[in-house]
Amino acid sequence: MMGNHELQVGPDGKLRHLLSTEGLPAEMIRRILDTADQFVSVSERDVKKVPLLRGRSVFNVFFEGSTRTRTTFEIAAKRLSADVINLNVAVSSTSKGETLLDTVYNLQAMDADMFVVRHNQSGAPHLIARHVKPGVAVINAGDGRHQHPTQGLLDMYTIRHYKKDFTGLTVAIVGDLLHSRVARSQIHALKTLGVPDLRVIGPRTLIPADIERLGVRVFHDMLEGIKGCDVVVMLRLQNERMNGALLPSASEFFKCYGLTAEKLAVAKPDAIVMHPGPMNRGVEIDSPVADGPQSVIMPQVTFGIAVRMAVMSMLGTPA
Amino acid sequence: MNLAILNARVIDPLSNRDKEGSIFIADGKVAALDKAPDGFKANETIDAKGLMAIPGLVDLSARLREPGFEYRATLESEMRAAAAGGVTTLACPPDTDPPLDEPGLVEMLTRRAAGLQTGRVHPLGALTVGLKGERLAEMAQLHEAGCRGFSQGNAPLPANATLWNALKYAATFGYTVWLRPQDPSLSEGGVAHEGEVATRLGLPPIPVIAETIALRMIVEMAQATGARVHLARLSSAAGVRLVAEAKSRGAAITCDVGVHHLHLCDRDIGDFNANCNLMPPLRDPSDRDALRRGLAEGVIDAVCSDHTPVDDDSKQVPFGEAEAGATGLELLLPLTLQWGREAGLKPAEALAGVTHRAAKILGIDAGTITAGCAADICLFDPKRPWVVEPAALVSQGKNTPFQGLELTGRVARTLVGGRTVYAA
Repeated sequence: MMGNHELQVGPDGKLRHLLSTEGLPAEMIRRILDTADQFVSVSERDVKKVPLLRGRSVFNVFFEGSTRTRTTFEIAAKRLSADVINLNVAVSSTSKGETLLDTVYNLQAMDADMFVVRHNQSGAPHLIARHVKPGVAVINAGDGRHQHPTQGLLDMYTIRHYKKDFTGLTVAIVGDLLHSRVARSQIHALKTLGVPDLRVIGPRTLIPADIERLGVRVFHDMLEGIKGCDVVVMLRLQNERMNGALLPSASEFFKCYGLTAEKLAVAKPDAIVMHPGPMNRGVEIDSPVADGPQSVIMPQVTFGIAVRMAVMSMLGTPA
Repeated sequence: MNLAILNARVIDPLSNRDKEGSIFIADGKVAALDKAPDGFKANETIDAKGLMAIPGLVDLSARLREPGFEYRATLESEMRAAAAGGVTTLACPPDTDPPLDEPGLVEMLTRRAAGLQTGRVHPLGALTVGLKGERLAEMAQLHEAGCRGFSQGNAPLPANATLWNALKYAATFGYTVWLRPQDPSLSEGGVAHEGEVATRLGLPPIPVIAETIALRMIVEMAQATGARVHLARLSSAAGVRLVAEAKSRGAAITCDVGVHHLHLCDRDIGDFNANCNLMPPLRDPSDRDALRRGLAEGVIDAVCSDHTPVDDDSKQVPFGEAEAGATGLELLLPLTLQWGREAGLKPAEALAGVTHRAAKILGIDAGTITAGCAADICLFDPKRPWVVEPAALVSQGKNTPFQGLELTGRVARTLVGGRTVYAA
């Protein structure tokens, strides 16, 4: 069975699918970020379109609801002049009992060139990538708790934009690591790009087993964890975490792990604050910090379009 | 019908025999070893030079998928697979559809299996009605219908009070209760061992403590009620340790391990290989090593195939939605012998867990080649190499994590009651 690397990068060194930041070589990540650089300027032009994917069909296949992520992929594809088809499969095929692969085969028969897939099961995009025709690309737009690689890459873009070099950075990821696909994408990318001090912070109920083996240091005390950091990444906390006895309450979480100006003061003075959105103000992040001078949360969103354009253009055009 | 098997390397784990000799079979039974009985005239003679003659295997868990899952496998297909794997006696768990909670179902299954004449099938009865964990199944009547044990299959353990009563009731009649130790609430929603791999892949975890908590409770209840308990499918080092402790205190427990768990660990899931979605989950390499040691040291009594044919449609889905299980009947023998070789054991020692020790757990006379016993025998070519190719398996279940693995040793012929039920 093909591993991540062979599935994602062809023998010619070209990107075939984007499923995970794990196994993505540093060189490939840099190429994606460099390509994104060029697209940032496209977004600033009057006519925000380039013809790179003209005549190509991009299918946004969302087995799990998400308006925001789907929209960013749609904008990115449209700016590349692709035809975009949005399918909310959560409410159509699967309720008719169709299997995931049957849905994919059907869409493939409609001459899809690219699938952007979100699914609540970890590994679903891998399964699809193993079964599509050669030349059809799959982009993972979030699978279960596993990966959200374009989010991870746009975070890398953002960090590079503000910090230039990764090899001297201290980065902390805070909150619900257990359920976060964003965190897993960030961890692999940050390690690959050479971040020497990568920390995760949260209560024991939200830190998955043996996460140290991914190359991170675990902290349970927020202040200790963000002390001296260059980058603080806050993760979204889902409300339903309170039901599974993982946390007593949102307010207690905020007290212990919410990012306030006071806590942020122990990070480096020029530390940046990131959040993949959508934010829960007063749960994982305090409004003055979210809207403050160290927050780069809005630039993340803007860069996200450019990074998704970069990935799509690399997948959809000859090397 | 008299049959003579000559020049075989006759291995009998029960008597620890391993030497070249002959087996003389009359009326479906082993009449004598090495020296023909007076007046013995063979109708058929097999020259088994270069082959091992071992007792037909006793497999403590093989799902035959009948009734209810005939699209996955049938009694016919799986009994042929058993014969091809050298398995002559097997226990099937009650997790069919409907579950084996009525004597009529058990009788029908046993009768159909007997009609096929390819192997001996011992259905386990459901411990609770519909395996729902609420009301006790009619154990005495199921026992009368032929059930040699009662089990929940892979269905969750009943609530503590129900389990407590089930064990007391079973103890009343001296029945054995087979339980897979896994706490339902600690494993709810989980699909992979809690550890680095599940963390990396974002798969909902099943912690080791789900096994050890259930194990401690079951052992405690077994001792208090006096019920005989067989612990099915250990998966962790901590579990092996607890069983060793309980046995040293004299608890009336036995246990088994699935053969896949002797060779694989969570790392083998790789990038979401659904054929490695097994129940219990494949755990850490250190757990696998402890299972291997536990079996070699006799803490674990038996190895089973935990044969579970799953159709492609139920595996070609994301890992977490895949149905757990792997095909195993045809792999049990070569994989057990491979473990034995790697553990430095002689074949007679390595085979104990798939022969007489397994038979003892079932409470039957089987798994041995001695004068007077049924002539359930497997002739095995220990040197023949082969590669596991799912399409070439006899079983209707092609789902195996061992695809492409090169194994040494293949079944040449299988006899049940002196009748040849498989010949390569």
